[in-house]
Amino acid sequence: MIDLQHIHRDFQVGDQIVHALDDVTLSVKAGDYVSTMGPSGSGKSTLLNLIGLLDRATRGRYRLNDEDVTTLSDAEQAETRNRRIGFVFQAFHLVPRLTARENVELPLILAGLPPEQRQGRVAASLEALQLSDRAHHKPDQLSGGQRQRVAIARATVTEPAVLLADEPTGNLDQKSGRDVIDVLESLNARGITLIVVTHDPELGERARRRVLMRDGRIESDMVR
Amino acid sequence: MRTRAEDIIRFAWRALRGFPSRTLLMLLAMAIGVAAVVVLTSLGEGARGYVRGEFASLGTNLVIVLPGRSETAGFNPGNMLAETPRDLTLADAQALTRSFSVRRIAPINVGSAMAAWQGRQREVPILGSSSELLAIRHWELAQGKFLPSLELDRATPVCVIGSRVRTEIFGPHRALGEWLRIGDRRFRVIGVMASEGRSIGIDVQDVVMIPVASAQQLFNTPSLFRILVEARSRSEILPVKQFILDTLQYRHQGERDVTVITQDAVLATFDRILGALTFAVAGIAAISLVVAGILIMNVMLVAVSQRTAEIGLLKALGAAPPQILALFMAEAAVLSALGAAAGLALGELGSFAIRQAFPDIPAYAPAWAALTALLVAIATGLLFSLLPARRAARLDAVLALSRR
Repeated sequence: MIDLQHIHRDFQVGDQIVHALDDVTLSVKAGDYVSTMGPSGSGKSTLLNLIGLLDRATRGRYRLNDEDVTTLSDAEQAETRNRRIGFVFQAFHLVPRLTARENVELPLILAGLPPEQRQGRVAASLEALQLSDRAHHKPDQLSGGQRQRVAIARATVTEPAVLLADEPTGNLDQKSGRDVIDVLESLNARGITLIVVTHDPELGERARRRVLMRDGRIESDMVR
Repeated sequence: MRTRAEDIIRFAWRALRGFPSRTLLMLLAMAIGVAAVVVLTSLGEGARGYVRGEFASLGTNLVIVLPGRSETAGFNPGNMLAETPRDLTLADAQALTRSFSVRRIAPINVGSAMAAWQGRQREVPILGSSSELLAIRHWELAQGKFLPSLELDRATPVCVIGSRVRTEIFGPHRALGEWLRIGDRRFRVIGVMASEGRSIGIDVQDVVMIPVASAQQLFNTPSLFRILVEARSRSEILPVKQFILDTLQYRHQGERDVTVITQDAVLATFDRILGALTFAVAGIAAISLVVAGILIMNVMLVAVSQRTAEIGLLKALGAAPPQILALFMAEAAVLSALGAAAGLALGELGSFAIRQAFPDIPAYAPAWAALTALLVAIATGLLFSLLPARRAARLDAVLALSRR
């Protein structure tokens, strides 16, 4: 479903051009579980942002669900992000003044869904992540693990096909981190395509498919 | 993909409530701007209403004749020779009653003299006039009668005194029937004016009124200071003016040496001046609205840089640039609307306070001013939030999200 062909992403830093992605070709099947590992600056986050349509390739072709998304307008890309892609970040990125429920509701609000349709979906999403009793708490009243679960609820409330997680356990202690991984893997077991970027070899090892990056290139691509 | 308007406003409202001190500051700035417009225009309108009221108390359908010519009508050798205009005389005044359009006239002579009673004395303005003055000026008597209606050239030793003159000269004693010495003559007090009754230039409370012929004798002059003429109706003001000009020109050997002022013309002039003044102060007050707008822009720019991560998140969740723009502009709109509403309330309160402090001034803000202030406030808020909102909409999502 994700099909990257000869993707280049160049950044201008001063008067030097940095090749963050250098001729990357990668295909991910629907429902796959992929971990992307590599040292800092290897381009793994850039790859994730590009797959998530937060960034545009300098060259190359990106097809999502057999649709060429490289040529979409900003607004069309935004809509695709809203419908098909969920993001989970290391820093959670919850809106601090909104309750857990309101944070989860955000993507549906942006999509323009009427309130009566939003309510059921938000409740179901919170329920699935065992957060129903935390719905009216603000982020600062939640533990790190709970915050990341709220972020996952928010990423999945639109029922996207792809879930992109950038260091999802990076800000968590071991136990909460393991809980979050369990949640992500159970979502994958139910069919969502999961791509995780991580430094943590233990986490990386768990994925069915492991992509190792170095200097903007895919160094190895192993399927277990 | 379109976000519902009520959701945008609710999100903006939550964002504003999330930063209470910043929001209150901007509300205050907006409110002060709007309140300034409301209070200043209500003052301007109040001044206008006050002047209009003063003119109304001067008399209705009033035409005022004064000696001398104030208008220029081109050069004419006669102007150089006849430097001093002819006096207005009682006979001139008498002649003006000969038109059906003229309801009544009152000649006026003014001066100042020493008034004394039983050793108390005081310098008072003296007003020589006729019985018709009371009706023309809509004055009222507190005690006794007004000047008797006699022929204009009959001097009778009677006077009507203002209420302050009464208290200051007669104190607790009865004034009616007493003989008041004015200059070297004695006048019997036949009436006391009610204390109400001011009008431009003359405070009725302070004057002593005597028949015009007596005043001419007292001041030893045949001339009049003014002739007040009341037209029968508003539509006859202009014919009356023409009649006066023609009559006096005829009587003054063909010389047009009087000035005739209609109250309407004077009132219209004042109205224009004060109207312009109201606009001017409204304009000055509007500057404070612009200042409020700039403050909003400043604070919104800070807000955008503080909420960079949030903007990145919204983009990741699928907000397109126009949606981000709408969210931030909605914040400014909600803010300006609330600030303007608070300012309107504050301004009305201020106008109310002015009316309490100065009951003579009808300080009501005109509807146009309140409405304009409201619209300008919201427009300013939107305009000045455009730049910060566009900056937010154009933020690079990846960079925005990487900011902690």
